[in-house]
Amino acid sequence: MKLLEIKNLGKSFDGVEVLKDISISVNRGEVLGIIGPSGSGKSTLLRCATGLEQADKGVISYEGSYGLVFQNFNLFPHYSVMKNITDAPIKVQKREKAEVYKEARELLKKMGLSDREKAYPFQLSGGQKQRVSIARALAMNPDILFFDEPTSALDPELTGEILKVIKELANENMTMVIVTHEMSFAQNVADHIIFMEDGYILEEGSPEEVFGSSNERMKMFLGKFCE
Amino acid sequence: MQIQTVVQELATGMLVSASIFLVTLLFSLPLGLIIAFGRMSKTKAFQGIARIYISIMRGTPLMLQLMVVYFGPYYLFGIRISNNYRLIAVLIGFVINYAAYFAEIYRGGIESIPVGQYEAAKVLGYTKAQTFFKIIFPQVIKRIMPSVTNEVITLVKDTSLAFVLAVTEMFTVAKQIAASQASMMPFIVAGVFYYVFNLIVAVSMEGIEKKLSYYR
Repeated sequence: MKLLEIKNLGKSFDGVEVLKDISISVNRGEVLGIIGPSGSGKSTLLRCATGLEQADKGVISYEGSYGLVFQNFNLFPHYSVMKNITDAPIKVQKREKAEVYKEARELLKKMGLSDREKAYPFQLSGGQKQRVSIARALAMNPDILFFDEPTSALDPELTGEILKVIKELANENMTMVIVTHEMSFAQNVADHIIFMEDGYILEEGSPEEVFGSSNERMKMFLGKFCE
Repeated sequence: MQIQTVVQELATGMLVSASIFLVTLLFSLPLGLIIAFGRMSKTKAFQGIARIYISIMRGTPLMLQLMVVYFGPYYLFGIRISNNYRLIAVLIGFVINYAAYFAEIYRGGIESIPVGQYEAAKVLGYTKAQTFFKIIFPQVIKRIMPSVTNEVITLVKDTSLAFVLAVTEMFTVAKQIAASQASMMPFIVAGVFYYVFNLIVAVSMEGIEKKLSYYR
C-alpha cells in the first residue's frame, strides 16, 4: 500500500530550480534512502514533502500522517525531555495524558534515555538530543517518518548510536524516508535508494542496483566515500 | 523641617508615581507586543504604520508627547479639558511612548528565535497561536529580560516628567517643599525614593531572570 506518492515535483528559489522533476512513492514498511551531493535538492525534497516549503509544481499525496526528524534536532529548550515528547500528543492530538506519558516512557526506554526524562535539552549530548527528537516524532504515531540528515550535526562517535536506533525502527517495519550522507548505512538499511543530482533523480533502485551502478557520475560520487 | 514630615508630605506623591509606573507597565507591555506584530507583519500597511509610530515615539521627547496628549484635544478639536484629564493624559502619554520601546525589544527577541523552532512546531501540528504563545514567546521573554529591565528602570525615573501636566507626583511635591523651606532634604528623600524603587525593580527582575535560568 502506498503511503506517499510524489509526482513531478518542482521547486525554485529566486529563479533557481532546485527540484526539477521528482517523482517518488513510498510503500508501507519501506525504507527509502535519499543520497546525493550537497545542493542536489535532497533536503528541499524533504521540506516540500513535509509542508515546510510549498512546491511550485507537482502533486504530493499522503495516506496517513508523517513526522520529521531534523538535522539540528530543534528540541524546545524550555521544555524537559518528557514535555518535549508528550506536549504535542496531548495538546495537538488531544490524547489522554496518562496514556501519552506511558507511551513516552516506553519510547525513552527504547532510546536508552529512561533516566533523562526530567533533563532539559541543554544538559544532553548531541546524540541524546537526536534520540529525544526521534522519540518526539514517534510519540505522534506517524505512519511515515522523515529524517533530514539525522547525523550530520553529530561527531562520528555519536553517529553510530543514532544509526542504530534508525536500524531498529527499520526492523520494526517503520516506514521511513532518510536523507543521508552515510553511504554504508543507506546501503544497509534502505529497501530503495534514490540518487539525486541537480534537482533530478539520476539513479534509483535497490541498494545493490544503485551501488553497483555503471553510471559514471554515480561511480564518481560513491568513489569519494569509499576512499 | 523634620525628615518624617517631609516623607509624610511626599507619601501621596510617591503613590502617584508608583501608580503611573504600574499602569504604564500594565498597558504598554501588551500594547508593545501588538505593535511588534504590526512591525513584523507581512502586510505592508501594518508594517508602515508601526514603523512610523515607533519612529515618532522614539524620535520626540516624552515631555512633548505628554503635552500633545493633554492639550491636543482642545487645540485640535476644541474639546474642553477637564481637570481629571491631567492624570489620564499622563498615563496615555507614558503608555504609548513605552509601548514603542517595548515593541522594538519584543521584535529583537522574536527575530532571534531560530526558524527551526517554528518548523518543529509546524511539523508537530501546533497551531500558529500555540506555536507563538507556548513555544516562541516563553523563549523570547528569557532573552529580552535584560533590555526590559533597563526600560523599566528608566520608567521609574521618567515618572517625574508628569509634573509638566501639573500632576503632583512625588518629585513635584519635593520641589515645592524644597523651595518653600529652602532645604536640601526633600531632594535627598526624593533621591532615596527613586533609588530604593529601582533597587526593588532590579532585584525583582533579577529574580525573574533566575527563575528562567532553568534552561539555556
